[in-house]
Amino acid sequence: MNTNLYTYCLRLADNGLILSHRIAEYCSAGPQLEEDLAITNVGLDLLGQAESFLKYAAEIKGGGITEDDLAYKRKEKDFLCVHLTEIPNFDYAYIMARQFLMDAFNFYLYSKLVNSKDDIIAGISAKAIKEVTYHLSRSSDWIVRLGQGTQESHQRIQTAFDELWMFTDELFESDEIEKSLEKEGIGVDSSTLKKDWQMKINEVFSLAGINVPKIEKHSLQYGKFGLHTEYLGYLLAEMQHIPLLYPDAKW
Amino acid sequence: MSEDNQGDLWEVFIQPKPGRPHKHAGSLHAYDKEMAMKSARDLYTRRQEGVGIWIVKAEEIISSQPDDSESFFDPANDKIYRHPTFYKLPEGAKHI
Repeated sequence: MNTNLYTYCLRLADNGLILSHRIAEYCSAGPQLEEDLAITNVGLDLLGQAESFLKYAAEIKGGGITEDDLAYKRKEKDFLCVHLTEIPNFDYAYIMARQFLMDAFNFYLYSKLVNSKDDIIAGISAKAIKEVTYHLSRSSDWIVRLGQGTQESHQRIQTAFDELWMFTDELFESDEIEKSLEKEGIGVDSSTLKKDWQMKINEVFSLAGINVPKIEKHSLQYGKFGLHTEYLGYLLAEMQHIPLLYPDAKW
Repeated sequence: MSEDNQGDLWEVFIQPKPGRPHKHAGSLHAYDKEMAMKSARDLYTRRQEGVGIWIVKAEEIISSQPDDSESFFDPANDKIYRHPTFYKLPEGAKHI
């Protein structure tokens, strides 16, 4: 088995899977009907991307396992999503701040991955980049709208970014797996995405009148290496509840 | 939340295929044009309903009033000669 490629696919998949689950939790609780449906659409896009990468990971692993096995039967430490995707839906500002930070990251990531020498990664990314381009445009609008909205919306979105900022460091944390896949032209070394990402953040923050928080390393352990926030276990308990109760259920 | 702060009401028109007329699809609430356009995309084209979107603020639409129906529309009721089917075509006339 190509362990590097397997791990890399899980990282790509788990970011989408866990963030999409967070968004799914919010379904029917949006601030208005239009927004409720719009953000759920984003969640479904992310779930679709995650499914494709999990399918590929299952194929690499072999032995007859499926994407559902990977989504519903892995344990917490086997998930490789970044901490930012695990953060709960504290309020709408947190939801949009989390989304914007991830959308910007995904945009530059998939912009590069469309050129992957691995046909399957390139194919999934070609579909994903269209979706993510829209996600980024949508969340950018919201950041500006909240930043330039009322005094309360401004204060809330600034607070959300201040609190979430410490989780952005992990997005650009690289390791031997990414470096070697980048060398082979298959994957992307996350650290190479930081400059573009930061420029996009600065551009939108300046339109929104939001201050860029000062970055502080918060942890030496990261989700993409299997060490998670306290939130993930509860999320998985809910997400995996039905498949664990009824392992062979069909629908 | 006591007041309705969901923004203005907008009417959405979707073009099903290139070259076809835009048809009224429904309405939505939004705070600005960008949000109206994105919400229209998310609400009314998520099942491949269209390839084009027009949006207009509901308050900008000039609408006929139900009270005017008698004077506006009833007079057309007995003018069947306004329908092309009223006229007999001469035999042999083509391309009409």
